[in-house]
Amino acid sequence: MSDMLFPLAVFFAAAFTNNILLTNYLGMCSFLSVSKEIETSAGLGIAVTFVMAVTTALNWVVYHLVLLPFGLEYLRFIVFIIVIAAFVQLIEMVIERYSEGLYFALGIFLPLITVNCAILGASLFMVIREYSFMTTFFFGIGSGLGWFLAIMAMAGIRQKLKTAKVPAGLEGPGIALIIAGFMAMAFMGFSGMIAIG
Amino acid sequence: MITTLIISVLIITAISALLALMMVIADATVGNYGEVSITINGDKNLTVRGGQPLLKALVSEGVFIPSACGGRGSCGLCKVKVVEGGGEYLPTELPWISDEEKEQKVRLSCQFKVKQDVSIQIPEELFNVRQFDTTVESIVDLTHDIKQVRLKLNDPSTIDCKAGQFIQFQVPEYELTDEEVYRAYSMASVPSDNTHIELEIRLVPNGICTTYVHKHLKEGDSVTVNGPYGDFFLRDTERDIICIAGGSGMAPIKSILLDMAEKKSPRKAMYFFGARSKRDLFLLDEMKEIEKEMPSFTFVPALSEPLEEDKWEGEVGLITDVVRRMSENAAESEAYLCGSPGMIDACVKVLSELGMPEERIYYDKFA
Repeated sequence: MSDMLFPLAVFFAAAFTNNILLTNYLGMCSFLSVSKEIETSAGLGIAVTFVMAVTTALNWVVYHLVLLPFGLEYLRFIVFIIVIAAFVQLIEMVIERYSEGLYFALGIFLPLITVNCAILGASLFMVIREYSFMTTFFFGIGSGLGWFLAIMAMAGIRQKLKTAKVPAGLEGPGIALIIAGFMAMAFMGFSGMIAIG
Repeated sequence: MITTLIISVLIITAISALLALMMVIADATVGNYGEVSITINGDKNLTVRGGQPLLKALVSEGVFIPSACGGRGSCGLCKVKVVEGGGEYLPTELPWISDEEKEQKVRLSCQFKVKQDVSIQIPEELFNVRQFDTTVESIVDLTHDIKQVRLKLNDPSTIDCKAGQFIQFQVPEYELTDEEVYRAYSMASVPSDNTHIELEIRLVPNGICTTYVHKHLKEGDSVTVNGPYGDFFLRDTERDIICIAGGSGMAPIKSILLDMAEKKSPRKAMYFFGARSKRDLFLLDEMKEIEKEMPSFTFVPALSEPLEEDKWEGEVGLITDVVRRMSENAAESEAYLCGSPGMIDACVKVLSELGMPEERIYYDKFA
């Protein structure tokens, strides 16, 4: 594949064939707990996409310009988390100050994202798969959008479930996990279509 | 090896310091809303640092808003009316705010951040409410199921209250509750003893606070309370008074009577105290003491089901019957009642039948 197209391929792969949520099972916690309403799911999805795109790029810079030259790759777990936490805090302050509307839409989700493992997962994948900066950026956006897509699909299904007859023992998280399993199987059908590193 | 260690520590430190520096700069620029003013009830003005939650701003200025969760937005108690400068509701407030409250512009003060000048309304009595750090000085068994807990105030060290008012007792996390909860108890102590608070707490099976007090609380423990609250206190008139209480309803009445005795009140007072049998009676000596100090006062304990071994020679019967039989000049008196809702409703009925206007019947119902 040409170098020009590779970032785009990674972008699509991250969103569909290698969906970070449904093939790697990252970010499950908020996926299950916030997917009850379509509106809040959309809010969280947008926030995750945004934070993931920016923090994977930031972490790429930190990893390649600071950790690698000093031979400190093993510190990446701690450093990535610190960078993510600080960035989320910072962006929350900026949004609160300058965009009331966005703050109301994303406000409560931002702190939640600090501990979303999909965000850290994306940063770690870009290291393991040795992406270039450009690819990393597209990978971040793609992963975020993939997560967004998955939680929206889940929220839609759960909306329908409200009126469905669910066996008593499976109500709530039980049926949600089974559905997540089905969704994952469906997405597995795409796997292998694009190789991403 | 050592160099690797030093380098890794240095790098982590440098990255953290850089990020921290960014945060500090952001806090001073983006997060700096300057000073804003809070107008309370249209007359009191506070100047506070902008950008902080309203609850925090008010507490730092000495205005106490009751809150059980400490500002996490999980109890929904710290509601305040924001008349001007409120803006939109936050998603974190909405679960606690009803449509009616939305119309009145009620906000959750721990979530609502003060970014511009605001005008708020809070009940006047909250100006006097404080949070107190206290130590348990003594715990005494008054009966088989009522304990008297005496708290020494540490910070602030004195309380300014009226006889008959109540405080909120903060129960920490323990086996029956996984978050802090608050329960209201009347103060049994006399207001002039302003360095102590005395509570009379009856064990309710599975009651969160009562179980905590009866099974876990020890002398020397720290307890957090806030108050005083309530409009159950002695009205400043010259009317004779009739007090009626049952069980731990003793507390506010005792406070009122001690206060009257101290002030050498000439008002005629009768106190009907209802109990099942002798083992439910308590503080009889204290009542005798008050009778001695205040000749115009009569204490009438009444048992509804005296046991044979009680050898009871006092009044027998339901408290309502004893009140009907013994109270004098009820039509011209005022009444102070404290006890269970059932008892209070029955007593209000009897007193009304005896000719007492309802607006002169003051009561404190156990919720």
